[in-house]
Amino acid sequence: MTETLTDVAPSGDLLSKFDDLIQTRETLLASGIEDPFNLVMEKVLSPTTAICNGRETILLGTYNYMGMTFDPDVIDAGKQALADYGSGTTGSRVLNGTYQGHRECEDALREFYAMDHAMVFSTGYQANLGIIATLAGKGDYIVLDIDSHASIWDGCAMGNAEVVPFKHNDVEAMEKRLRRIPEGAGKLVILEGVYSMLGDVAPLKEMVAIAKKYDAMVLVDEAHSMGFIGENGRGVCEEQGVIDDVDFIIGTFSKSVGTVGGFCVSNHPKFDIMRLVCRPYVFTASLPPSVVATAATSIRKLMHGANKRAHLWENSKRLHGGLTDFGFELGTGKPQSAIVAVIMPDLERGAAMWEALLKEGLYVNLARPPATPANMTLLRCSLCAEHSAEEVETILGMFERAGKAMGII
Amino acid sequence: MDSAAVDERIRALIEPFNKKGVTIEDATTFAGDLEFDSLTVMDFVAEIEDEFDIIISMNQQAEIENYGQLVAAVHKMQDS
Repeated sequence: MTETLTDVAPSGDLLSKFDDLIQTRETLLASGIEDPFNLVMEKVLSPTTAICNGRETILLGTYNYMGMTFDPDVIDAGKQALADYGSGTTGSRVLNGTYQGHRECEDALREFYAMDHAMVFSTGYQANLGIIATLAGKGDYIVLDIDSHASIWDGCAMGNAEVVPFKHNDVEAMEKRLRRIPEGAGKLVILEGVYSMLGDVAPLKEMVAIAKKYDAMVLVDEAHSMGFIGENGRGVCEEQGVIDDVDFIIGTFSKSVGTVGGFCVSNHPKFDIMRLVCRPYVFTASLPPSVVATAATSIRKLMHGANKRAHLWENSKRLHGGLTDFGFELGTGKPQSAIVAVIMPDLERGAAMWEALLKEGLYVNLARPPATPANMTLLRCSLCAEHSAEEVETILGMFERAGKAMGII
Repeated sequence: MDSAAVDERIRALIEPFNKKGVTIEDATTFAGDLEFDSLTVMDFVAEIEDEFDIIISMNQQAEIENYGQLVAAVHKMQDS
């Protein structure tokens, strides 16, 4: 019998709490499957293609919605900033880490959202962590959707507020909880525009109105809608006409913008004080000059991205319709975003299907519990405005062959 | 409402969640004995909150491991 990692753990090992997970992973890999969580992109050829594990692969799981990663203007801006300002700032935003480029990036965000204030963080995770933990402290109440992103939960825990979750997208459940909060307590409602696991959109119009009725402040994470949803790409709160009632919008540069970083935009007159009191903003080095230069250039180009947005919608609708016709079970009945989630019967068959697609030359995300709602295993597809109509047909052919071979359709 | 009445109402609410028919005692734990996962906890807590018109925040839930603690906590919130 081969010795496994879990057999040799000495007593007092703090890692032994992960034994069940180690076991699940070893069982999965023992079946000979390629490790879904250890894929290496050896070469990236474009926003939609790469060489993965030695194979030319269509990328359908990168959140690179607007395909800005190889935009020539974006690349030039990054190169110029690297030459002019060096490789990194080596400092906090509140000390030596605010360069001209950080200011210009925040200017671009203020213009993009037509808001008074913008604050750039080193990652989207830190933006949620910092803003939430700083806004809602001990004695305040946070009311949030149970399917919120990990960075939102971590921000709640860090701030020590009373955390009250409600059933996913359930307007009535949200209102009941707001109604029961003790008189006089501070209230923050946290919602997402698009939920990334199933690709479904929140009923923000109703939810934001109710939050305001109970005098709660509202924070909306629009990470998966920026650049794509809403007339100006400002997100689901723009599309549903409630952006003026949202107190804080959180977003990221690592999806439509095509680099890394996070931000919060707001019209709150006192917003600027956050720069001094928000620990994940203060106690970390700022983004490298090349990153903020690429982000600013990309954000400005996204303001004029109407044609790309239209093509991305066409792609999403075609993929959703094609997969539905093959008999796959999807996360939403209709396409609501650029995410199409294909529901797998269980982790084993999900992982086998994932590998079959990879061998066909298609990369999607394998999403599994506990990151997924209702313990589902998902093959999550995120479309790009740079996927051609032909590529989407090729993708559908791959899904049909792999799905039949694996007995899923 | 006295503690016995709270106990009786929670006992009725727990029934549909007690899939394995575990005998409910004060020391019965939700994670261990009843094998509640996070989604079951959310649904069960929502039922109790609606029944008693209270909020049990996740911070408070973290302090409640067994049935007896839950009845005591709800009884206390009821009074306040």
